[in-house]
Amino acid sequence: MSAFGEAMVYLNDPYNWTRRGGILELLAEHLAISVVAVLAALLIAFPIGVALGASGRGGGTVVVVSNVSRAVPTLALLTLFAVSPIGFGNRATTIALAVFAIPPILVNTYVGVRGVDADVREAARAMGMTRGQVIRRVDLPLALPLIMTGLRTATVQVVATASLAALVGGGGLGRLVRLGFGQQDYGLIIAGALLIAVLAVLTELVLVLLSWAVTPGPRRLPWQPVRRRPDEAVPEPAPSGMPL
Amino acid sequence: MLAVDEAPNPWIDPSYVTDNWDTILRYLGEHVRLTVGAVVLGALIALPLALLARRSRYLSGPVLAASTIVYTIPSLAMFAFIFPFQGLSATTVLIGLVAYSLVILVRNFLAGLLGVPADVREAARGMGYGPVRLFWQIELPLALPAFMAGLRIATVSTVALTTVGVLVGHGGLGQLIYGGFNANFYRAEIVTGAVGCVLLALVADVLLAGVERLVTPWARAVRA
Repeated sequence: MSAFGEAMVYLNDPYNWTRRGGILELLAEHLAISVVAVLAALLIAFPIGVALGASGRGGGTVVVVSNVSRAVPTLALLTLFAVSPIGFGNRATTIALAVFAIPPILVNTYVGVRGVDADVREAARAMGMTRGQVIRRVDLPLALPLIMTGLRTATVQVVATASLAALVGGGGLGRLVRLGFGQQDYGLIIAGALLIAVLAVLTELVLVLLSWAVTPGPRRLPWQPVRRRPDEAVPEPAPSGMPL
Repeated sequence: MLAVDEAPNPWIDPSYVTDNWDTILRYLGEHVRLTVGAVVLGALIALPLALLARRSRYLSGPVLAASTIVYTIPSLAMFAFIFPFQGLSATTVLIGLVAYSLVILVRNFLAGLLGVPADVREAARGMGYGPVRLFWQIELPLALPAFMAGLRIATVSTVALTTVGVLVGHGGLGQLIYGGFNANFYRAEIVTGAVGCVLLALVADVLLAGVERLVTPWARAVRA
């Protein structure tokens, strides 16, 4: 039987899902690590991005941080945290993933807030808004599409990278793949890979819908046709972030 | 307290690098070969795809959608999917890396081609340029900055991604990172692998930036 057939057999056995250390337990662990990491990164990167964007300073630093982070392999960071005094396990994994989620959120928040039209901001000030009101009621709504892009990139990246943690003693769905390699069980390898891939695509989908739901003003889901003049049909150059 | 906790385990140990220079060079060579192979093959496949996708929106839609999905698949899953076909070989890693560099390059190539002003193409056609000459002499030079930007992003990402090849035993410098972890958390080996990866990515990026300057002399003239 082919590896893909074996994978289907494995995934069709309810016991493989519900037993201790089964798919459901690993999935919950995977999601818990990811959610904590993204929230921690959001807590750190979002205020810094808004503050830097609103003041217009530190742009060079933000760009350098984002470019250098692209060159650091996720596996290296996961391993470095695992062998640090924190000790290997889910805590080290969560911290490493949070570190990785910071650059996309920071850059997109910064660019989004920075890109708010100066005239709009000035008009808001002239209407008597305080500095805080301008940020809350003008900057943030206008920057929201980009902020959500950053959050989506970071979340998909974290969910995807969390599977690598299994290589260095962490938990999550990556364990199935690792176990499959350890036991020479091709079916288990493919089953784990399928679960990881589906989870990543679903995460992307959920975040796309979430951004659509919270974005004010005219909005569009990625698969809806674009209404624009044909000579403007230039796609975004590359998906933000990097593959994992 | 275990004995292993008391043994010195420094983060940075120059003697590790000098003692294991041959091993490091071997893994570095594999890393460079995989990266170059993946980016070159990716570019060779991406260019015709981008040219094809430019022809109509009915073609570019599926190409872009497929590239988004491939991009979302985590590398661990990607290598695991290819593993049953190619086994524990460098080919497994290469195929996965080509897939990722391909989707980055298609998007950038397409953006570059669509960025060529329609007026310029029309003028060239009016002057009697055929499709081949139009591409080589008009579109390629104009799209070159976008092409080079794509190549730089693809190269840096590929250098980082190659490390995940440890899954099938061909991760280039990633072997040092993973090997150090399995050798009782040998920090010097891990740091050597990690720093090596970052340095390799930076060197590759600087080299490509130099190439970009060489092949677009007109951009320098404008700036000066």
